[in-house]
Parts: sequence; C-alpha cells; structure tokens
Amino acid sequence: MEREPGPGGARRALGRLVEAVLASRGEANAVFDILAVLQSEDQEEVQEAVRACSRLFGALLARGELFVGQLPSEEMVMAGSQGATRKYKVWMRHRYHSCCNSLGELLAHPSFQVKELALSTLMKFVQLEGEHPLEKPKWEGNYLFPRQLFKLVVEGLLSSEEDRSLLLSQFREYLEHDDIRYHTMQAAADTVARVTDGRPEVHLIFWNNAFTLLSSVSLPRQEGDLSSFYVKHVELSDKWKVVHLKEHRKAFQLMWLGFLKHQLPLRICKKVLVIIHDAILPYLAQPSLMIDFLTRAYDIGGAISLLALNGLFILIHKHNLEYPDFYRKLYGLLDPSVFHVKYRARFFHLADLFLSSSHLPAYLVAAFAKRLARLALTAPPEALLMVLPFICNLLRRHPACRVLMHRPRGPELDADPYDPGEEDPAQSRALESSLWELQALQRHYHPEVSKAASVINQALSVPEVSIAPLLELTAFEIFEQDLKKGPESVPLEFIPAQGLLGRQDDLCAQHFTLS
Amino acid sequence: MGKARSAGARGKAPGAPAGARGGRTRPNPNPFEVKVNRQKFQILGRKTRHDVGLPGVSRARALQKRTQTLLKEYKERDKSNVFKDKRFGEYSSDISPEEKMLKRFALEQQRQHEKKSIYNLNEDEELTHYGQSLADIEKHNDIVDSDSDSEDRGALSAELTAAHFGGGDGLLYKKTSQQQGEEGEKPKSRKELIEELIAKSKQEKRERQAQREDALELTEKLDQDWKEIQALLAHKTPKPEGRGGKEKPQPDAYDMMVRELGFEMKAQPSNRMKTKEELAEEAQARLRRLEAERLRRMLGKDEDERTKNPKHVSADDLSDGFILDKDDRRVLSYKDGKMNVEEELGGEASASESAEEEEEGSGEEGDPEESDGPDGHSDLESDVGSEDGGERAEEDACLVPGDIAIADDGGAREAARTELPYTLAGMVSLFHGFPPGTGVSLIARRQQFCRPRVLLRSPESYEELKSLLSGKSVEEQLLVVERIQKCSHPSLAVGNKAKLEVRSKLFGFLLEYIGDLATEDPPGLGIIDKLVVHLYNLCQMFPDSASDSMKFVLRDAMHEMEATVESTGRAAFPGLDVLIYLKIVGMLFPTSDFRHPVVTPALLCMSQLLTKCPVLSLRDVLKGLFVCCVFLDYVSLSQRFIPELVNFLLGILYTATPKKQSQGYTLVHPFRALGRNSELLVVSDKEDMATWQRRRLSLHWAAGPKAQTKTEANHTRLSCLAVCLALVERCVRVYGALPSFHDIVRPLRALLTEHLADSSRPRELQELGQSALTEMESHARLCRPLVCEKSKPVPLKLFTPRLVRVLEFGRKQGSSKEEQERKRLIHKHKREFRGAVREIRRDNQFLARMQLSEITERDAERKRKVKQLFNSLATQEGEWKALKRKKFKK
Repeated sequence: MEREPGPGGARRALGRLVEAVLASRGEANAVFDILAVLQSEDQEEVQEAVRACSRLFGALLARGELFVGQLPSEEMVMAGSQGATRKYKVWMRHRYHSCCNSLGELLAHPSFQVKELALSTLMKFVQLEGEHPLEKPKWEGNYLFPRQLFKLVVEGLLSSEEDRSLLLSQFREYLEHDDIRYHTMQAAADTVARVTDGRPEVHLIFWNNAFTLLSSVSLPRQEGDLSSFYVKHVELSDKWKVVHLKEHRKAFQLMWLGFLKHQLPLRICKKVLVIIHDAILPYLAQPSLMIDFLTRAYDIGGAISLLALNGLFILIHKHNLEYPDFYRKLYGLLDPSVFHVKYRARFFHLADLFLSSSHLPAYLVAAFAKRLARLALTAPPEALLMVLPFICNLLRRHPACRVLMHRPRGPELDADPYDPGEEDPAQSRALESSLWELQALQRHYHPEVSKAASVINQALSVPEVSIAPLLELTAFEIFEQDLKKGPESVPLEFIPAQGLLGRQDDLCAQHFTLS
Repeated sequence: MGKARSAGARGKAPGAPAGARGGRTRPNPNPFEVKVNRQKFQILGRKTRHDVGLPGVSRARALQKRTQTLLKEYKERDKSNVFKDKRFGEYSSDISPEEKMLKRFALEQQRQHEKKSIYNLNEDEELTHYGQSLADIEKHNDIVDSDSDSEDRGALSAELTAAHFGGGDGLLYKKTSQQQGEEGEKPKSRKELIEELIAKSKQEKRERQAQREDALELTEKLDQDWKEIQALLAHKTPKPEGRGGKEKPQPDAYDMMVRELGFEMKAQPSNRMKTKEELAEEAQARLRRLEAERLRRMLGKDEDERTKNPKHVSADDLSDGFILDKDDRRVLSYKDGKMNVEEELGGEASASESAEEEEEGSGEEGDPEESDGPDGHSDLESDVGSEDGGERAEEDACLVPGDIAIADDGGAREAARTELPYTLAGMVSLFHGFPPGTGVSLIARRQQFCRPRVLLRSPESYEELKSLLSGKSVEEQLLVVERIQKCSHPSLAVGNKAKLEVRSKLFGFLLEYIGDLATEDPPGLGIIDKLVVHLYNLCQMFPDSASDSMKFVLRDAMHEMEATVESTGRAAFPGLDVLIYLKIVGMLFPTSDFRHPVVTPALLCMSQLLTKCPVLSLRDVLKGLFVCCVFLDYVSLSQRFIPELVNFLLGILYTATPKKQSQGYTLVHPFRALGRNSELLVVSDKEDMATWQRRRLSLHWAAGPKAQTKTEANHTRLSCLAVCLALVERCVRVYGALPSFHDIVRPLRALLTEHLADSSRPRELQELGQSALTEMESHARLCRPLVCEKSKPVPLKLFTPRLVRVLEFGRKQGSSKEEQERKRLIHKHKREFRGAVREIRRDNQFLARMQLSEITERDAERKRKVKQLFNSLATQEGEWKALKRKKFKK
C-alpha cells in the first residue's frame, strides 16, 4: 500500500481499500493492509484504521459474508476442496478474528482516544454479531450471544497494568442494557477467577479496576421486564436466562462472592464496605452468604471493623443472622481513635441502634457507658458534644445503670473498680463504678461541653435527647456558633499587657523567647 | 336638667315593672293567693325570678287581656266595617296645624251653611273666642277677678276705672287698638310655647358647648407655646411657671440679669488631692472588685441566672408558675457591674495615658488635643490639674506674675486668653524644673515629629497606616502609633459617630499590621512586643470593634484550616501570625470566663490546631508547644480541662521515645504509632546530649526555615522535650484535683516511666520527668461515688379554686364565644317557641270556652223560649178549654 502523507491521506487510502474489499471479493487481500495499519505507531493512523475496520467488518457482518458455525482452521479449508465462497468466508472470518484481537490489544493503547474508539468498535461488533450470530443455533429460539468477543472486551478492561477507570466510566453506559450487564457479570467473574487463579499476589491496579467495574454494575430494584437489550432480538423468549432478574441476581452474587473471597487490599476492602449496605446486599440472591466477608472484615479492627458493622447490622436486622459475641466485639471496637475517624457519625448512629434495645443486660450497658466515658477523656469538643448525650441516653434507657451517676451511701473507693483492659464487658465491673469521667469533663474548657457533662448532676430528665443532629457536628460549626452567640458585651482583661509573651510567670514567657 | 330628669326616670323604670310583676310591693297580698316555689339549695349569686308567684292574679290578668283583645276579635270576626278617619289633612304633614284648623273650620262652616241654614235666615252663626261662645263670655264679663290684682290692691287700674266710670274715650280706644294689635300677633298655642322653650334650651346648650371648645383650644395652644418656651428655659428655670405664665408682667432687664446670674454654673469644688495611700487603696479595691467579677464570670453563674429568671422562690411557692410580683432583689447585677467596669476602665486608660504623657514630657502641653482629658469637658480643669501634677503646677507658677500684671490692667478677657501657654516664654519656662538638656531634647523630638503630627489623624485604611509606619525604625513606629492612638481617643469624637467609627477601625489595622510583621522573614517580633501594649490600650477604648476584628481574624484562620482539612483530610500548622493572634486574644480578654465571645472561639481554634495538624517537622513541634503554652495560660486561672492538650503532649513524648513498647497507652490523631515522624524528637548523639543546655525556645524558629546544624537541631529537640516535660508537670499540677485524674494521666505515666528507663538522657530532663512522675503519684486516688443533687421535691398539689369567668348561669361553660352565643340563641328560640305554643293553646282554650258559653247561652235561650211558647200555648189551651167548658156549661 502506497502511503500518502498526512492523516487525511491515510484516511483516503484506507477508505479506498475498504471500498475495494467490499466491492469485490477479488480485492480481499487488501484487508491485510488495513490490519497492518492497526499496529501503526501514529495515533491518528491507528484511529483511522480502527474506523476502517469498523466499517468493513460491520458491513461484512451485516451482509453475512462471514463463516457461520464452528470455525475450521485456515490451512485445512484452504487446502480442502470446498467451494470458493466457503473458502472466502472462512478466510474472512479468520481476518475478523485477528482484527478483534488487535482491537483488544488496542484497549491498552497509551492514547485514550484510541482506547475509547477501540472499545466502541468492539461493542459495535458485539451488537452486530449478536444480531447475526456466527454460530449455528442448536435449537429453535436458542439464545446466542458473542460471549468470546465480549470476554475479550472485559478482559481488556480489567487490566493489571494500568488504571482503566476512565475507560470503565465509558463502559458504564453499556451497562444500562440488561444483556450487557448480565454477560459483564459472568465475564467479570470468569476474569477475576482466571487472574487470581494460582497467583498469591495480585496487583492493586487489577483490584482497583475490578472494583470499579463491579461497583458500576447495579441491578434494577424492581422485578420488571428486562427488555432493554443491546443486541436487538426479534422476539424475546421466556426460556432465556437473560430475561429473568433472578438469574441476574445469581450472576451478581457469583461475581461479588468470587471477588470478595480473595484477600483484598485494605483500601479496596474499605471501598467495598462503604457501598455494601446499599449497593450490594439488597441485590444478592442470598445476602447471608456475605457473612464470611463481613466477619473477616469485622475482625480486622480499626476503621474497617466500624464499616463492617453496617453490613452486619443489615444481616442481623433483616436476614436473621445470629452473630455470637456481637456486643463483645462492638465493645472491643471502642478505642480512642473512634472519635477521630471519618466514619464517626455512621459508627455512632449504628451503635445507638444496637444499644437501643431495652432487653440488654445492665452490666453490658454500664460497660459501654463507662468505656465511652473513658474515651471521652481524649475526645475533641465536637465529639464530646455528641458522646455525652449518648451516654446519658444509655442511662435513661436502662434505669438499672443509673447507679453510675447516683449511688447514695456507696462506699468510698481508692481506685476505680472498672477495668479498661478487660475485653469482656461482663467482667469489666462497670456497674460498681461511677462516671467520674463526666465529672471531670464538667471542667472542660468549652462551655457547651461543660453544660452537657453537668447533666448528670441532677436526676436525668425522662425524654431522650436525640443525637441525630449531633452526629455530623464539626468543630467548625461549633466555632461558628460560638462566634455568633455569646453575651452582648465584651468583658475585657483588666491586667494591662506588658509584652507579647505576657507576664513573668506565664508559661509562654518561661519557655519561649522572642530573640 | 333634662339629663338629670331622664336619669331619674331611668332609675325609676326598673323598679316599676318589678312592683307590677312581683306583687310583693302591694300592701298585703292575700296569703292564700301566694304560691311559693321552694328552693332546694341556696346558691350564691344566683338571681331567682320565680320564687314567689300569684297564680290567681296572673290568670285573671291573662283572662282580662284576652277578653280585651281576643274576644273582641272573635266577636268582630264576621264584621267587615272599617273605621275611617276622614278628618281633613289628618295624615298630611305639609300643612301647618294652624292652617289645618282654619281649613277645617271653614269646611265645617260651609257644611253647616249648606245644610241647615239655607232656609234659616235669622239664625246667625255663633261667634266664639277660644272655643267659647262670645255670648257666654259676655255673661261673665262683668265679674272682676279681685284676686288677680292683689298687687295693686286699693288702687284701681285705669282700665277698670275707665270701664266702670266711663272716662275719656281715648283711653278705651287705645286699649282696643292694643288688643287688636295683640290679636294681629297671633296668640301662641301651648304646643308652640313648649317647642319654643325646647329650642331655646337647645340653643343655650349649643352655645355653652361652643364656649367650652373654644376654651379647650385656647389652653392647648397655650400649652404648646409654653412647651416651646420651656425648651429654651429648661436649664435656667427648673420650676415650670404654670399656666399663668402668660399673664405675668414682662420682667425687666435687671431681674433677668439677677436670675441669669443666680442660675449660672457655679465653680464646683474640686476634689481633694488624694494621698498616695488612698490611691493605692482605691486601686486595690478596684482590682478586688474586678477580680470578683472575673471569678463570677468564670463560674458561669450569670449564664444560669439568665436562663432561670425567678431565682428567688418562696417557701409557699406551688411551682405552678405563678409569681406574685417581680423580685427585684438583685445582689450584684451584671449590667451595673459592667457599667462600673467601663467607667473604671476609662479612668484607667486615661491614667495610663497621662502616665505616658509624663514620660514623654510636656512637649505637647499646649496642644489642646493632647491635654484634653478623656472624661469629657466638665471636669477638664480638675483632671488636668490633678494628673499632670508637678509640671502643671510649675507652669502655673511661672504664669502667675504675667497673669497678675494683665489682670491689673483690668482686661479680664485677656487674662483668660493667657491661660494657654502658647508663648515661647511659657514653653521655655515649662522646662525649668527638668535637668538641663531634657527640654532641648524634647523640643528636638517634637520638631522631628512635627511633620507626621500634621498627618496624624486616624488612618482610614490599612494602607494608610502601613505607609505611615513603613520604613521607620522601631522607636519611630512606636511613637507614631502612640500619637495616632492618642489622637483617636474616643472622647475626642464624642457625638461624632462617623469619626468614632473610623477611629475604632484603628485596632483592626494595627492587628493586620502585626500579622504582616509576624509573617515577615525574619518576623518583627520586637515591634510586636511593643505594639501589644498599644493594642491593649486601644482594646480598652473600643472593646466592640476590637472583639469584632479579633473574631474576624480568628474566623479567617479557621476558614483556611477547614478548607485544607476538607480537601486533604489534614491541615498544616498555620503561620506564626495565627499563633500570635491567639496569644494576643489571651492578653486582651479575660480567658477565664465561662463563655466569652472571643475567647471561646479562640479556644476552639487552638483545639483544632492540636487535633487536626499532624506534626511533621521540628518546626511543627515548636508551634504545637507554643499553642500548648498559650492554651495552658488561658486556663491558668480557671483550671479547665483540655483533653486535646494531654493528647498532644502524649504524642510529643512518644515521638521523643526511642524504644517503644506501646503498652498502656494509645496515640490519638494526629499522631501515629508508626510512620515517618514517629521518632522526630529522638536524639541519639551522645555528644549533643552532653553539650546541651536548657534554653528557652525562640519563636523565630517557628517562623521560617532556618538552616540548623545537626547539633543545633538536636539541642532544639532536647529543649522541646524539656518544655514538653515542664508542660506535663504543669498539667499534672493543674488537673490533680480532677476526679478521674489518674485515668487522664495514665498514658502519660506509662510513657514517662519508659522515658526514665532510658538513662542516657541529660540529667536535667530526667529530673524533670521524675518530678512529673512523683507529682502524679502524690495525688491521692479518691473515688467517691457520684450522687445526684437532690432535686427539689415536687410540692403537693393543693386545691386552688379554678377561676373561670361566669357568663351565664346554667349555661355550658368552656366553649368559644361564638359557640356560646349560638347556644344562647338556640335556647332562647326554644323557650320563646314553647311560650308561643302555650299561649296559642291557651287562646284556643279561651275561645272554646267562649264558644261553649255562647252555645249554652243560646240553648238556654231557646229552651226558655220553647218553655215560654209551651207556656203560652198551655195557657191558650187552658183558656180555650176553660172557654169550652164554659160553653158546655152554658
């Protein structure tokens, strides 16, 4: 093929070649020229070649000029003595295959435009091939889908080398179609199984890509007719698996379970846990199968345990899951970092739910209250404003725990009987203790915290304080509130200032100099 | 009159029907006729209307009424005759009664004339006068009414004599003509007379009313005029002169003069100069009072007071929210206290200012702006006299001779003018008392700043201030600021709001300038150190604007931090300017208050610094420790608990621990147990440890990156550690009294023991750690079980009468007004309906009775007639038979 300079020239040349191939079977060898350009270095040329391939094979597929059925090997057919048409068709089908393969390779092309174009071309082939299947239907109304081709696409998307999140977001629009979604789930499950098979260490990038693809699959909530198909069919048969939401759910579950059974990196784990309660659990055919993953995550500790709590809660609450030592583990989750993590609001919302039962034993509630009070000694004011009403609510719900704040004629002790190191709330002797921590927090520097802690000085009022508005409180909001309110007049310091570091006995003056 | 009568009539009116109704007022009713409705219960306030009745009487009355009305109707039921009033013009109102009468008379005459006297020629019509025939009058004409003229008894009237004794015709003629004249005037009827009377009285009334209105108008006008005048006289005449002022004679010039002199402001006796002891005592008392107030604010008492208003609760209180009257027993009202404080502060500011003036010298003595006292013009003289002390006295002394000389001249005005020592001689003489050279130097200094002084009004923008201050040495800058500050004293702009506003902005500008200085490299800490004093003074002058600009600065810093935290999840320690702002807040405002509009946000800001900013470098450690120091200084008086501070110190100690066991403590955000910065403060170089000497940390290091040698860095590390240990010790001492003290310091103790295990540390550090540990141990562990405060027992509910407004007895209560009205109307309708039905029934009964009696009457009549007929027939028969018998006999 003689090259003309410039991208326009390439396009014209390719166009001519495509015209020639389509016009007469004698020119079929020009296909090689087109396919050769796909390997070109020049990005523009590659794009042109992809477009040319798309046009060429799209037309061929539509015309039915590709061999249908089990593809015999090329040499055999060429050597054999079948008719020229059959030979041509088999030969062309082989070219089509190589074209698809090189398009699949192009999904890893450095340029995003090429990737995008390759993806859309491949999806176009999927559509056309679905309409004009390249295999013979085994029986009347057999559902045929170009699974091989589609698997190629999905494998191209789930790369282990680079982050394909942009391409995946492009792919997301195909997931609107029910059949594509169904086959994506199957293909993704296969790919994940294949990639992780036998390999102990899988790259983080693959997990990231896989998570992005998996999380973008969202099933319809309602059992409706699944009819928005990417591949157009004349009529839908009730026997096909694709049209049943139940099958979709099964595929969805298989996909996620296959994904989650692996040792995921912590970051991916966190991401999964964040969406699990509203994007995964409701769509599973058997949500209780998630218990393995959730318990594993719950045992990891730290923020991941906090996040796993949400999924566990749904399983316990909606699917009757029996979780041994749940409260003990919850108790173990409470450590000083609880007040500083990002998921504080979610955690305390759930903790409030778990502890809202009035059938909990008093020792347990007392242990929780005491633990939280202990932790409050290290908490910032925004967390204190939330946790102090929380503790008071616990005491309100369980009158048996009121001894924590009111123990008349109790013996004077020389140490707090509560054991903070004990993991079992039953053994922590919290009921013998008192909430001295809250008494200490009455001396907190922030007036609101001090007030909130002073509640225990009086008998508690009957109605509970809703902590919902306090969950999301930030220090900045408190700061703004403080700036807004306050007495109308501004009291002033009456000891005159002497210098920047203050008087001689001030700490600043003792430890710092200006020089 | 009319009113009184009508009122009387009205007063009588209710009595009258009562008498008619009850019959009780009758002299003595027949006791057998009285029917008493016995009441089961006596109910207070209920009016009984039907306790006593006279059934017989009322029945008789009803019967009578029916016979008068119903019976009449019944009897006339078939009659169609109608009474017609055919009198002339009876119902037309457009003819006057006189005319009507005339017309009627004419008609009557005509009728008579037409009918009877056509043929009666003799019959003359009868003449009448006042409806009496003249013929009759003539009969009595002669009778003399002797009683009527009792007045002139004995003296016969001319008329009489003329009538009786003839006399001249002229008189008689005159009389008749007079009579005729009277008759021409038309005599007035009684009705007319009454009408006239009424009209007259009405007119009189109207006149009186008009008069009264006029009087009122006049008084109002007078009042207004008086008010206008009074405004002018207010300061001179304390007593209003009353209404009669207008009529007072115009005072002459002399009187006016006397008055004016009398009311002129008298020279007020100045206070005695206070002795030193007295002054000291006063100052102490003031400090004591301020301290007491500070304590009160620290405990946050007034906040509680504000929330619960009725603080005094009587023993008889039912806690039903009912308060007898307002309790005005206030022990120490916040507002008053505040006002006192402000007064005091003003005085103090002036005192300090005057002190500075003394220091600076009396160069500006003559400047009227300068010598103006802060307390307004009223006590200007005494103020200056007492405060400026010696110099002023001296000045007076030197002025005395000149004064006298001019006074001898007799020009009092000129004497007043020379009060101001504007002359050079005066200036020079001012410096008499000073050591030689001072005066000259002062003059020189003054000249030096002559140029800026012209410009020294308050700058209106930050740029202006900056341009004033830029490029000057430290002393010059200070002096300029001082001058500006003095020129912008609020008392100089009293009443001039715009000016005051401009001046109050100065604080903000100065603060901004300080921030700029702090961010410079190297930071101008020296100037800031001096400027802080001015900032303090300005804050005392303009507390509101100071707090506003401080809040603004803090909000700025927080915004910045919040933005970075939002985007990256963490924030870096801010620049030195924020730290200095925080420190300044602590100096300007009382940090021990329970709630303070500026200090509380500042505390939160520091808490954020300690929790959100990870410690990444030695500089961050330094900044963090500075914030800790400021934080602890804030709570040094109130001894409040700061969890973040303990956490931060724990983290710093952790970064200084070389071999970690991590037992018994957990690190909190922003510190991490593992990571790049977990050994930031660890010093391993033995030599550096040996050469280290404890020094105070320099704020310069916190400002910018400074190339430090390794040894220097190590020394800084050790110093930081020392500061950290000292702060730990301080915390332990401050929080020792907290109930769960041991739980608070447990992690610190664990780390400290780890530290002490490492014996390679400098001795000083070990001692510090040891002292902190022993301090911790020394606090007793005492855990007294918590007991709630006894809440006030809820008093028994007593049966207080429930007061409900009574609208109508027997009616249902407790509904809305419209509903009640509706019910009332329905009830009334029902009652009326029943009454009407009963009346109709009784009417029917009455009619039936009447018909029956008619029928029986008719029957009886018929019977009687039949009987009569039979009778007559019988007699006829008898007669006939007798005749027959006679015939037979015959």
